[in-house]
Amino acid sequence: MTTPFYVSPEQLMKDRADYARKGIARGRSVVVVQYADGILFVAENPSQALHKISEIYDRLAFAAVGRYNEFENLRIAGVRLADMRGYSYDRRDVTGRGLANAYAQTLGAIFSSGGEKPYEVELFVSEVGDDAPDDQIYRLTYDGSVADEHGFAVMGGSAEQVSEYIKSRYSDGLDLAAALNLAADGLAHDGPDRRTITADKLEVAVLDRTRSQPRKFRRVATATLATLLGPRDDPEPEGEQARQTEAQPEPEPTDVAESPQVDDPDDEIGELPPDA
Amino acid sequence: MTSVPEGRLPAGFMTPGTSSFADFLAGQSPDLLPGRRASSLPPGQIDTPHGTTIVAATFSGGVMMAGDRRATMANIIAQRDIEKVFPADEYSCVGIAGTAGLAVEMVRLFQAELEHYEKIEGITLSLDGKANRLSSLIRGNLAMAMQGLAVVPLFAGFDLDTQRGRIFSYDVTGGRYEEHAFHSVGSGSLFARGSLKKLYRDDLSLSDCAIAMVQALYDAADDDSATGGPDVTRRIFPVVVAVTEDGFTRMPESEVESIADGVIDARMRRPDGPAAPLT
Repeated sequence: MTTPFYVSPEQLMKDRADYARKGIARGRSVVVVQYADGILFVAENPSQALHKISEIYDRLAFAAVGRYNEFENLRIAGVRLADMRGYSYDRRDVTGRGLANAYAQTLGAIFSSGGEKPYEVELFVSEVGDDAPDDQIYRLTYDGSVADEHGFAVMGGSAEQVSEYIKSRYSDGLDLAAALNLAADGLAHDGPDRRTITADKLEVAVLDRTRSQPRKFRRVATATLATLLGPRDDPEPEGEQARQTEAQPEPEPTDVAESPQVDDPDDEIGELPPDA
Repeated sequence: MTSVPEGRLPAGFMTPGTSSFADFLAGQSPDLLPGRRASSLPPGQIDTPHGTTIVAATFSGGVMMAGDRRATMANIIAQRDIEKVFPADEYSCVGIAGTAGLAVEMVRLFQAELEHYEKIEGITLSLDGKANRLSSLIRGNLAMAMQGLAVVPLFAGFDLDTQRGRIFSYDVTGGRYEEHAFHSVGSGSLFARGSLKKLYRDDLSLSDCAIAMVQALYDAADDDSATGGPDVTRRIFPVVVAVTEDGFTRMPESEVESIADGVIDARMRRPDGPAAPLT
């Protein structure tokens, strides 16, 4: 009879956390910014059909990075929970805090249960209030911890660089175009050089408190986006551009939303087999 | 009790497969579905408030629906200002006749169903898809209908594919029938339909269509004791809604009020309403 190797609980948790973090780091970042009329979500996502940002309920929206099938599962669970709560109580009783709690419990339970692999996802749950101080942004990580964010927040592969960039330029009460440009520029500064991200590579949505309908979530169409962004200046000379392509972070092979767009054969090497 | 979870989300929430809210509830919390309680009801009839007359008609830009404001319980007027016409989603509306309590619950479920599908799938159902979903919700209520608690809605919407307004009527078994031009349901529906038959024409404008609706409800109230006419002393007037290419809109109270005042004014001179030409 073989005795299983002893692994200390600390080491076990650390390994699981490393595993989840590695998966998340492969994904492109998502930015959420509070602007004058609500909350803006910006993600780099070449797919028009597979969303990283979605509506959950009247005032609630969801954004995610990481493994597509896992966060899609969580998104559907969130829509079901919100709809069920709104149906059995009232629409006003569906809150961001309640949803963030349910996600935190779920992610935490999955992370610490031995039988399941940890989810390689990070989530934003946001609720738009009647005024800017009532807005709520929750950031949930793979282990179920929740952080309450204010002003702006970034998650995903190069969250730190993007966050640095936005932090030095963010101020309260930006209008939509300014907030959008800030977020898009932030996403472009995820490496040593500035990349060019065109409007059709961005997925943008807002929770707009000025909307007269009860449902405040609205996607910003690519055409509108191009107008709001204005002409994207491209300051780098040709040589820089070439280096920049190499400097791009490794694309996320686990993210279904982007993998169909990968055409560089070198990228295939890093691909992980799908999970058993 | 409802089983809205407190800790980790139960497996049923995370299982992919259905985009239907009603199907999800049936698995997760069946007690929340209106039709599931029939087996526990004792046999016999009870008196509950009933919604009365709903009319709908298409016009050049879409479709319009209107309902009187009365709910009756046997010979009693249960409510004078009940609202029986609701938006189902951005491009459709639903009016209810029959057992008011169940009907309102069914409308809420239907609204949740359409919104749920839209959020999960990222696109809205086709108008026929919506009409079929409503069918299956009514079918789920059949056992209740057998006990006298029937719900008979009227569904109308703007079909974005064919760019026109369409009307669907139902029976208690969930049978779905597409109606052309105009239709009405509820206790005063025979009179309302007769009235619309004489007033309706293909090229009605939105405002003319609203007048025809109010006339039809007036005629229904004139001959059906359960249908409420315009209440001039309390200033309670029908709910009139329109669904066009631009979506659902409810006609402002003040506009309905002036239409109703005009109709009443004309009826002072000719109580039977406008006369249709003989040939």
